[in-house]
Order: sequence, then structure tokens, then C-alpha cells
Amino acid sequence: MAGDLMAAFSIAELGHFALILALFVSVAQSIVPLVGAHRGDAAMMSLARPGAVALALLVGFSFLALTYSFVVSDFSVSNVFENSHTDKPMLYKISGVWGNHEGSLLLWITTLVIFGLAVALSGSNIPPQLRARALSVQAMITLGFLAFILFTSNPFLRIDPAPFEGRGLNPLLQDPGLAFHPPMLYLGYVGFSMAFSFAVAALIEGKVDAAWARWVRPWTLVAWVFLTAGIALGSWWAYYELGWGGWWYWDPVENASFMPWLVGTALLHSAIVVEKRDSLKSWTILLAILTFGMSLLGTFLVRSGVITSVHAFAADPTRGVFILLLLVVSMGGALTLYAIRAPQLKGGGLFAPVSREGGLLLNNLLMSTATATVLLGTLYPLIADTLGLGKVSVGPPFFEAVFVPLMVPAIIAMAIGPMLAWKRGDLRGALARLWVAAALGVAGMGAVWLMRGGALSDVLAAFGIGIAIWLFVGTLMEFADRVRLFRASLAESGRRARNLPRAAWGMTIAHAGVALIVAGVTASSAWKGETVQTQKFGETVSVSGWDFTLLSAETFRAENYTGVRGTFRLSKDGEDLGLMHPEKRTYTSPPMPTTEAAIYTTGIHDLYAVIGDPTPDGQAFVTRLYFEPLVPFLWYGSAMLCLGGLVSLSDRRHRIGAPVRRRDRVPAGAKPARA
Amino acid sequence: MKKLIYLVPIVVLAALAVMFTVGLGRDPKTIPSVLIDRPVPSFALEALPDRGKPLSSTDLTGQVTLVNIFGSWCVACIAEHPILVNISKTGEVPIHGIAWREKDPRDAMRWLGRHGDPYDRVGHDADSRVAIDFGVTGAPETFVVDPKGVIRYKHIGPVTTEVWENTLKPLIAQLRKSP
Amino acid sequence: MTRFLLPIIAVMMAASPVAAVQPDEMLADPVMELRAREISKELRCVVCQNESIDESNAELARDLRLVVRDRLMQGDADDQVIKYVVDRYGDYVLLRPPFKASTYILWFGPLLFAVLAVFGGWRFYKARGGSAIAATVAAESAPPPLSAEERRKLDKLLKDTDGAGDTA
Repeated sequence: MAGDLMAAFSIAELGHFALILALFVSVAQSIVPLVGAHRGDAAMMSLARPGAVALALLVGFSFLALTYSFVVSDFSVSNVFENSHTDKPMLYKISGVWGNHEGSLLLWITTLVIFGLAVALSGSNIPPQLRARALSVQAMITLGFLAFILFTSNPFLRIDPAPFEGRGLNPLLQDPGLAFHPPMLYLGYVGFSMAFSFAVAALIEGKVDAAWARWVRPWTLVAWVFLTAGIALGSWWAYYELGWGGWWYWDPVENASFMPWLVGTALLHSAIVVEKRDSLKSWTILLAILTFGMSLLGTFLVRSGVITSVHAFAADPTRGVFILLLLVVSMGGALTLYAIRAPQLKGGGLFAPVSREGGLLLNNLLMSTATATVLLGTLYPLIADTLGLGKVSVGPPFFEAVFVPLMVPAIIAMAIGPMLAWKRGDLRGALARLWVAAALGVAGMGAVWLMRGGALSDVLAAFGIGIAIWLFVGTLMEFADRVRLFRASLAESGRRARNLPRAAWGMTIAHAGVALIVAGVTASSAWKGETVQTQKFGETVSVSGWDFTLLSAETFRAENYTGVRGTFRLSKDGEDLGLMHPEKRTYTSPPMPTTEAAIYTTGIHDLYAVIGDPTPDGQAFVTRLYFEPLVPFLWYGSAMLCLGGLVSLSDRRHRIGAPVRRRDRVPAGAKPARA
Repeated sequence: MKKLIYLVPIVVLAALAVMFTVGLGRDPKTIPSVLIDRPVPSFALEALPDRGKPLSSTDLTGQVTLVNIFGSWCVACIAEHPILVNISKTGEVPIHGIAWREKDPRDAMRWLGRHGDPYDRVGHDADSRVAIDFGVTGAPETFVVDPKGVIRYKHIGPVTTEVWENTLKPLIAQLRKSP
Repeated sequence: MTRFLLPIIAVMMAASPVAAVQPDEMLADPVMELRAREISKELRCVVCQNESIDESNAELARDLRLVVRDRLMQGDADDQVIKYVVDRYGDYVLLRPPFKASTYILWFGPLLFAVLAVFGGWRFYKARGGSAIAATVAAESAPPPLSAEERRKLDKLLKDTDGAGDTA
């Protein structure tokens, strides 16, 4: 025991020391390769890769040191004392590392260096100057955050004498979904730092070309996949843990992760045009800068206290000042560079407004407008207060009113865009080929509307289902078109499908996933069923045709909480579907009540039961019962989005690199042809 | 002209930076009262048991008064209470109380017995309707009411000596001079 | 609940359980109860961190839920009920921001962004030469028709290779 503590003592100190060393390395890494690239000095540039490796090792060690301190419950470390407890299950001791401000910042930095490491270790095809510059910029960001953590938010501060017990972790964070949600989110929106670094490197170099787009894409895709997974996990947690069937609230902190996602999606699509057609360069660079900018902005909003939110970490204006400084310096520098260099970026391939590129540009515009809208709504309380317009709240009703109309054209266009040719597309032809999707969409809309009883209020929701069908079928039709399904032999189609670039598969899967999400969002918002009542033992309550019978409720005790577990029998049309066990728990340290909803899923719909407080005589309980139509589609769709991204990532283009023109062979003595 | 458009992002950033800097000094959660310069809502509350002297809106005319929202469950009220007791001893201004959200009004009586009773009149607001009419969001809150029965100021949180000396006392003096 | 602990407890309680309406608050008339729920979803819990009174477990949220139902029972229309609460707490209590001078920027903003986006797109195409592009692109995309010999070669090539061409 004493030996453990001694080891813990030195490990925490080593972790601290590693961070300080990392600070110095990041200073060197920020300067040397950058200067080297400017001078064309290969020796200086070659320090970039080992520099990135060194940073990753040092910060990685530091992160592991903090984790170790949590695992052995070393309460001499202030951060462990504040946020952990010996009674916590091991998984949550570990997730406690990032369940607080200082630890989560260390996770931020760890993510920054992981991406730097990945770029350093892979891509021997990346031109050394570009890599050196990109790694230097990445190191500058790392430097900023290292300074932040060391000077204001040190996770390795010690307490002497060490307390015997910690203050406990918030029981709300003791959930596997939430344990993994922050790391996923960070790998996501912090990962966009690499796209940012590449963009700034390209601006410094003064050159953006297809090769650049190809180097940037894998990192952007990885970050995007993680961010998608992180957001989906967060939504799933809200739905599963918070117990009211809600999965999105337009809370500022949620918006803080959604905005990078929106711009990141625009970036992914815009980069395609740079790669294929050497066009939309300055748009793409700007998007790369703004995506990470949104990440920084989100971090600022969450931690500074300028915006009220259910999720906010303990807000501290002094931390806010530091993050704002980081934001202003990094974004200011990048955008100034952009203002100077971007006008010089020569656009390449021309294209007509109706074309594949035109569709991707439309995507840029719609996603950017959506992001600006969400940003406006999120910041408006602050804007109004600063301008002296009073205190205003902007809640879900606003966001729903403005976001949905923007997304409708995007969903409709998503089916058409991939059908258009590059440079100049045939809109009529594309629409003609999509007639099946249109027909099914309209039919689906009509069918759903009639099924719901043909009320006027259901028209919009039915329309939502209709465009989801349009997108789903349209995406499949585009795929079928590409492999010549039903037009050539099945063997032929199979061959074409197998040889299709992975990126094409990725697009199909991802777009189909979007269609599922649209359906899930529409149905669960419009047609949710809910009842609240005091339910007696043996009594059956119906929601939207599903019957819940409360059978019993018993108290129980677990590792660090006590609770009441209810038992419901679920049935429909007389058919018994099984038992559901919602719980109401009371945690001990700190004392706090929570609910665990019981969810029964048919794979298409969810049934949701929550047990509340008993009546004074104990013969009945407050129960809340929900019917959640098509909610599983949200999770299927999100999984498909991630899968699509991963499949795209495995495209051989990313391993091989951009094509390089070979000089044509000419007879000796003749002038060499232009490459 | 063409090049100017590339400056837009950085200009937007600058504007946001200014706004955030200002915002860091503010608290987004404190909402100003919308009842300033409006007459006190009309109400009639019962007295606490064995205390007599109930409070209604008609009692708030004729002179400058303070109305203090408190409760026996309210920890911060204990912090401010000695200052209220002192003010009542000086007789500067009558302080009326509204006991808010007491499960049992006798709790309030016991609390006053323990911590002192600075109030002239006290009303018991059992169902929070009067508190809601006053736009109360928590306890303690203190209102300054002028002789005409118009609310002129609301202080959220405990009244400290500083608040009394620097804000409330001067305001009361001013209201007495020029009603 | 004390003034200082209130927000913290509100967060903890609000973040953990459930649509907070209790059966003993609910009105007997289901239509009116539904109206009460809808109105509650539009009103902010002023002591919470960004929740509606429908969702929040805070005591004040419950008090306000009861006020909403009380006003409905007294015959108020939906917007009158909302006005009743706004008269006491200000616009801050509205989750759907009102449409007035102080929120023009907010409500017109998205429209403005959309217009700017369309304008940006239009300028992009115009700057690249406008109709000249259409002509160039048309010319580029409409090469002279293939001769029979070329067509045969093309068909053969297409059979041998895959359609895995230059697409996303």
C-alpha cells in the first residue's frame, strides 16, 4: 500500500514533468521545421517527424500517468481527490480521468499529438515541406494548449497531506455511453486540427492542389467519423439515460459539437472537388480553418460561462479568457493568412452550375448557412445582452423552425448530385433516372399520411418521411446505375460492384444512413406517444396501442447506490412481449437520484418505461410510458454514417497517394514536352 | 473589391472576439426584473400563526418600504438576516417579509424566533402565487417599493452591508425626497 | 433549496430524471392538459440551466406548471397564459424568442445567410466567366461523334475494364 503510494507519487510527478518537457519540445517543433521549409533546409525539416513522435510520447506518458493516479486512487493528486472515489467501478475510475476540466484538457492535447504522430508516421508520400509546415502548425496549437494546462489547469497539482478518500464522481457520468462519448468527440473535433494545420501549411506554401486534397482527406475523414460517433453516442446517452425519450435539445454544448460536424461535412465534400477538378480551393481552405475554429469556439463556450447550458463544466471566466486568447490567436493568424494568400489561389477546372461540382458547391453553401444559423441561435443570448437588447432565450422552437427548412433542399439535392456528371450535368436525365425514387417517395408520403389519419398537422411529417424515402431509394438507384444492375448480367454487375472504388461504397452507405436518420428524426418528433400517471400494481396502461402492466417493484442495493426496480409486462394486441425493468436509483457519494429507463425495441420502434416515486401507501407508482417511433433508425443511420466514412477511408487512393504525371518519352535531342 | 471579400472572415472573428470579451464579464443567468416602475401586484396574504400583522399590497403605500422574500429552508437568508435585523433596529425603513414556500408556516415562526424578526408585517405565501406575481426566482430577494406602491428596485441575493450602504439606503433617501 | 445550491441541485435533478410533470398536477380534461404541456414546453425554467418547465424538476418549475394550468382553467387562451408568465418574468422565459425589434437579427439572420449563400454562389459562377463557361463546357463535353471503328474499340475497352472510373 505504501509502496503503491510511493510509486504513485513519483509517477504523478513524472507525468507533470513530461508535460513541461512537451512544452519545450513543442516550442522547438513550432519553429524549426517551419523555418526549414521556408529555407528549403532538409535537415531542419527532417526534425518534424521525430519532433511529432517525441511530443506524442511525452504527452502520452503524461496522460497515462494521470490515468494511473486515478486507477490506484492516489488522492494526493488534487484532481483525483476532486473527481474520484475508491468505491467507483474501475471503468469509471478511468473515465473519471476526462470527466473534469483539467483531465479533459489533457485528453484534448493527447488527441492533438496523436494526429501529429499519425501524420509523422504515415504518408511518406507527403512532400517534406508540406509535412514539415503542417506538423509545425500542429505543434503551435499543442503549445497553446500546453501553456493553458500548465499555467491555469494543471491536473497534477498535489495535496499534502493526502486525503484518505475522494470526493466522488458524479453518478451521471457512471454510464458506459458517457464514458466513451468525450474521447470520441475529442478525437473528432480536435482531430480537425490536422486539416487546419494542413490548410495553414498550404497557405504558407501558397499552393493548394489535388495532391494536398488527397493528403488532407484521410485525417479529415477519421476526425469526422469520430465526431459523428461521438455525437451519436451523446444522443443515445441522453435518450437512454435521461429518461424522457429526448435525444437532441439544441443545448449550446450540443450545438458546440454539431457546428464542427456541419462544417466538417462541408469540408469533406468540398475537398473532393479540389481533388478531382482542382477547383473550389479557397472555399475548401476556408472550411478547413473554420471547422477547427468551430471546435475551438465550442471549447470556449462550454468552459467559459458566457452561455448557460445543462452540460457546462464548472464555468470559470479566467479559463475563458485563456481559451479566447487561443481562439483569437490561432484563428486570427489563419484568417489573416487566408485574406492575404487565398486570392492568389488559382482556380482550376471550370464547371457549370448544374454538375457534380455544382452539387458539391451547393452542399457547401447549405451546410455553411446551416452552421451560421445554429451559431447565431446559440450566441444570440450573448449578442442581445452585449448590445443591450435585454435577456433573450433561444430554445429548441427557434432551431427547429430555421434548421429544418434548410435541410429539406439538402436532402432532396443529395439524391440528385451523385447522378450528375462532372463539369456539366444533365439535370433532366438525372431526374428521369430517379423517377422511381420520386414515385416511391410520394407514395410513401401518402401512405404514411393516410395511416396516421389524414390530419392536416401530419402533412409536414409525412413529407419528411417522403423525402427520406426519396433519398434512400435515390442513393440505391445511383449505385444500381453505376454497377449497371438489371442492364447487364448479374455477374457483370457483381464485378463492377467489387471493383468500385471504396469511396463510392462509402458515399452510398453514408447517404443511405442520412435517409434513415431523417426518417427517425421526423417520426420520433411528430408521432411520439407519452402518458404520465399513477399506476397501481396489476394496472395496465396503453400508449399508442402498446400495453404496459405494472407487476411489481422491489428495492435493491448495488456497489455505490440503492434503488427501486420496477417490473412491467409489455404486450400488444394481447401478445405478451416480455418484461421491462426500469430503475430509480439513489447514489451515495455525492447523494443524487437518477433514473434508468427500460427500453424495449422492436428494431423499428422503441417502447420506453420509467418508474418514479411511490404513492404514500406504496401500492402505486408514478410511471411514465412512451412510444418512440423509428428511433432505432437514428442509431442505424448514425452507424451507417460512420461505416461509410470508414469504408471511404480504406480506399486505396489514400494509401497510394496522388498520381504524378510521368514525362512522355521523346526521342533524344528533342525538346522535352511540357508535363 | 474582389479581394475585400476575403477579409470578411477575419472581421467576423474580430467582432466575435469583442463580444466574447464583454460577455466574460457578465452573468448570463441573472435576469433583470421586468416589474421595475410598475405597481406592486395586488395581493392579500395571511399572517404567520401567533404573529398577527398579515401583509397585503395596500400596506405598501404611503411610505417607502422594503419587501423581503425569505424562507426557513433558505441558507443564504441566514447570512443576510443579521443585516436586516440591524436595519429594523435603526428604524430607517420598514421591512415587510413574505415567507415563501413553507411546508408549514410554523417553520417560519420558529426560524424568526431563532434568527431574529426584523419585519413589520409578514405574509405567508403558501402556493407561491404571490412570489410568482413578483417574478421571484429564488430567495432571498428584496424589493424597494415607493410611497405610491410602485416597485423601484429589486435586489437578487442576500443584502450585505455593502449593498445596504451603497445601493439601498441612497435609493430610499432619494425616493423620499422626490416621490 | 438555498439560493446558491439551487442551480446545482436543479442541474443534478434536471439532468437525471424525466419529463417532470407529476400526475397530481395534471388536469382532468385531456385536451386542456395537452395544451398545458405544449405551453410548458415553450416556457423556460428560470432557475435551471436551459430547460423548459415541462422537463425540469425544480420547485419553481412545478409552481409555474400549476400556474399555467390554473390560468387555462380560468379560461385563458394559450397566448394569454404565456403573456401572464412573460409579464412577470420577461422575454427571457420564452424558449421561442419573440418576434420584435430586439430579435430581428435573430429571425432575419438565417434568411440573410441563405441570401448571402445564394449570392456567393452566383458571384462564384459569374466570376468564372458566366455564359462563356457554359459555352466552353458545352463545347468540351460535346466532342465529335465516334466513328464506327472508334466505337468498336470503345466497346471492347469497356468490356475489359471496369466502370470504376473517375467518380466520388
